[in-house]
Amino acid sequence: MTAAARTLVIMPAWNEAAVIGDTVRELLSTVEGVDLLVVDDGSSDETAAAARDAGAAVMVLPFNLGVGGALRAGFKYAWENGYDRAIQVDADGQHEPSQIHAVLAGLDQADISIGARFSGVGDYSARGPRRWAMSLLAAVFSRVARTRLTDITSGFRAANRRAILQYTRHYPAEYLGDTVDSLMTALRAGLTVVQVPVAMRPRQGGEPSHSPVKAAIYLVRSVFALFIAMTRAKNRVPLPTLGSAPELEATH
Amino acid sequence: MAQVVFAVVAVLVAFVLFRLLRAGRIREKYAALWIVIGFGVILLALWPGLLIATARAVGVAVPSNLLFFGAILLLLGVTLHLSLEASNLEDEVRTLAEEVALLKTKLSAPLPDALPADPADEA
Repeated sequence: MTAAARTLVIMPAWNEAAVIGDTVRELLSTVEGVDLLVVDDGSSDETAAAARDAGAAVMVLPFNLGVGGALRAGFKYAWENGYDRAIQVDADGQHEPSQIHAVLAGLDQADISIGARFSGVGDYSARGPRRWAMSLLAAVFSRVARTRLTDITSGFRAANRRAILQYTRHYPAEYLGDTVDSLMTALRAGLTVVQVPVAMRPRQGGEPSHSPVKAAIYLVRSVFALFIAMTRAKNRVPLPTLGSAPELEATH
Repeated sequence: MAQVVFAVVAVLVAFVLFRLLRAGRIREKYAALWIVIGFGVILLALWPGLLIATARAVGVAVPSNLLFFGAILLLLGVTLHLSLEASNLEDEVRTLAEEVALLKTKLSAPLPDALPADPADEA
């Protein structure tokens, strides 16, 4: 990775007009050397205008595709515009801009770098079935990835150009597809993953639900998503390795 | 009497399907199956002995059960086919939405600092 590596921050946003302006301004003023793309996922409010006013490049989807859909569109943008690295960041300000370079640094060791809570930094906690689901996901993914992973559902993830290509091929729009399925499929395609401990702020849009029923449903859906992802037929077109394929080299 | 009703229904279904197909409102790949089913129903309505003979040959005691079994199997196949087609369409629509968004982003004037000038371009 050269010093001139071009990096794109992808920020999917759906009806986030209230907070997107602040998030964009904070990110642009704190983080140097990155471009920012806000993907407006078919918002019915002024999300796109607010992001544009704050200085971000904005891609507007014609209708709501879901987080996974917005992210795949963002990765396609990154791929077509020749970015070397892309990092996905939440629009609600949950991910601290100051941590972006820490997560990006993980790409020196692997194709995908996950900014993880529970790694001793920050103060996020979960209990009950939600915690079991996270533990189960962590255990399975750690085995498959042959490295310690604790926070699979973190949306704070960076990708190098090889991972960007993989994401443009497979990034499901379904619930949990944007985290569990996309990561498992990337691993099975031969990409490597590393996790970086980061602090996260509480979500501005309210705390995640602590209802036991919802947590149980979350557990069931995680297991289901995991099962589908692990049994999915492998892509028959293998990913080229870095250095061997001209299309993986920076196009600039 | 019942035989007449069945035959009329069968002919009616085949007729409606044919009209839809001719008007281009239903694609052949969906209509083909239904037309086959329509002809099957007409056949069975005209010659009920066919069903009874088949049921005896396969070892089904009540012939109508064979009919129900076949009908349920067919409907299962049709709904599965529709689910597949719907998933396919969703995938295609999603890809198109992405393409449209990418093109629109490319067309709208990019911010001057959105894509920083690269030394390699100027060389």
